[in-house]
Amino acid sequence: MMISMHNMGSIILTAMTSVTGAGNHTRYVLLAILLAALITFVLRALPFLIFHGEHKMANFLVKLGAVLPSAIMAVLIVYCLKGTVTDWKTNALPQILAVLTVGISYKWKHNTLISIVAGTALYMILIRML
Amino acid sequence: MEPETGEQMENMGDKHNKNICKEAFVKSIPILCSYLFVSMAYGIMMEEAGYHWYYSLLVSLSVYTGAFQFVFVTLLSSGASFLTIALTAFLMNSRQSFYALTFVDEFAKMGKRKLYMIHTMTDETYVINCSLSEQGETKRSLMFLVALFSRCYWMIGAVLGGVLGQLLPFNMQGIDFCMTALFVIIFIDQWEKAKSHFPALIGLAAAVVCLLIVGADYFLLPSLIITSAVLLLWNCRKESDRNDDLNA
Repeated sequence: MMISMHNMGSIILTAMTSVTGAGNHTRYVLLAILLAALITFVLRALPFLIFHGEHKMANFLVKLGAVLPSAIMAVLIVYCLKGTVTDWKTNALPQILAVLTVGISYKWKHNTLISIVAGTALYMILIRML
Repeated sequence: MEPETGEQMENMGDKHNKNICKEAFVKSIPILCSYLFVSMAYGIMMEEAGYHWYYSLLVSLSVYTGAFQFVFVTLLSSGASFLTIALTAFLMNSRQSFYALTFVDEFAKMGKRKLYMIHTMTDETYVINCSLSEQGETKRSLMFLVALFSRCYWMIGAVLGGVLGQLLPFNMQGIDFCMTALFVIIFIDQWEKAKSHFPALIGLAAAVVCLLIVGADYFLLPSLIITSAVLLLWNCRKESDRNDDLNA
């Protein structure tokens, strides 16, 4: 923990001193990182903050948490493919073909690494060819 | 299986510790393969967006979540508002609360390591932790080491991606598809495990409708809010259905 804290301090310093020219954006990025880190940590610690005693988590929250991941993942896939709507010609075909490659290869082999490499490689080739 | 206590552990000495280290490393190999690769892509993507390796390292050190870190790159480079960042982090990472829930009792026994365990819980380490058949202090040591190793893989990959990304002689445009691929894979995993496909389909429908109405720049937030709201109502309705069944 101590090492982590020390590293973080020196990295923040490096980041701040090396990009003094673009001060505003640097401050924005550092604040954004701090915000995201805080929220993420609090979410991870939440059960420990609330349920160290007799308290039980509200039932509706437990249930929402159980179904949320797959819904959020669907939203995120659309988020990644948002370019297909705005730029049908150059974006849509490579993305759709690459997503199909990932989906089919994963259904077939269930190997995360192979599917990511295959899909990404195909995408990188297609955007250069089409 | 023989229950082990803390005192017994200490007596067993170095050899036992070495075995645990080895065991933890073996358990973490699948994580090594996926984390190193995915976080390298993350480092390269950050570099492409104009954020050098120390930013990748800082985010990987402090935030340390897979999917959100990728979305975070696009949020940062598009200059998204703090509200959008906060809500996206909240909605994307709220699942972490439910992971920690499983290990409230186990982590409580881990003393100084508890905070680190809370901070380093990810989808992948959660799965490994759930799969451990060991008990007691051996299990806790394994959980700690798997968490430590995984986080190192992630940070090393992010830095390598950022540094090597700059040195690579060829154009890396399109490497960010890695994120889409990762999401598709997680989506398939969850689809196969799910009892009902309604949540996934609602997420998909809400996102597509919002994308078409609001446009590509602002649709993420309304999609996530609508999805959560619909799922909350859906859960309530299921609950009242069940109560009706019980009353009938």
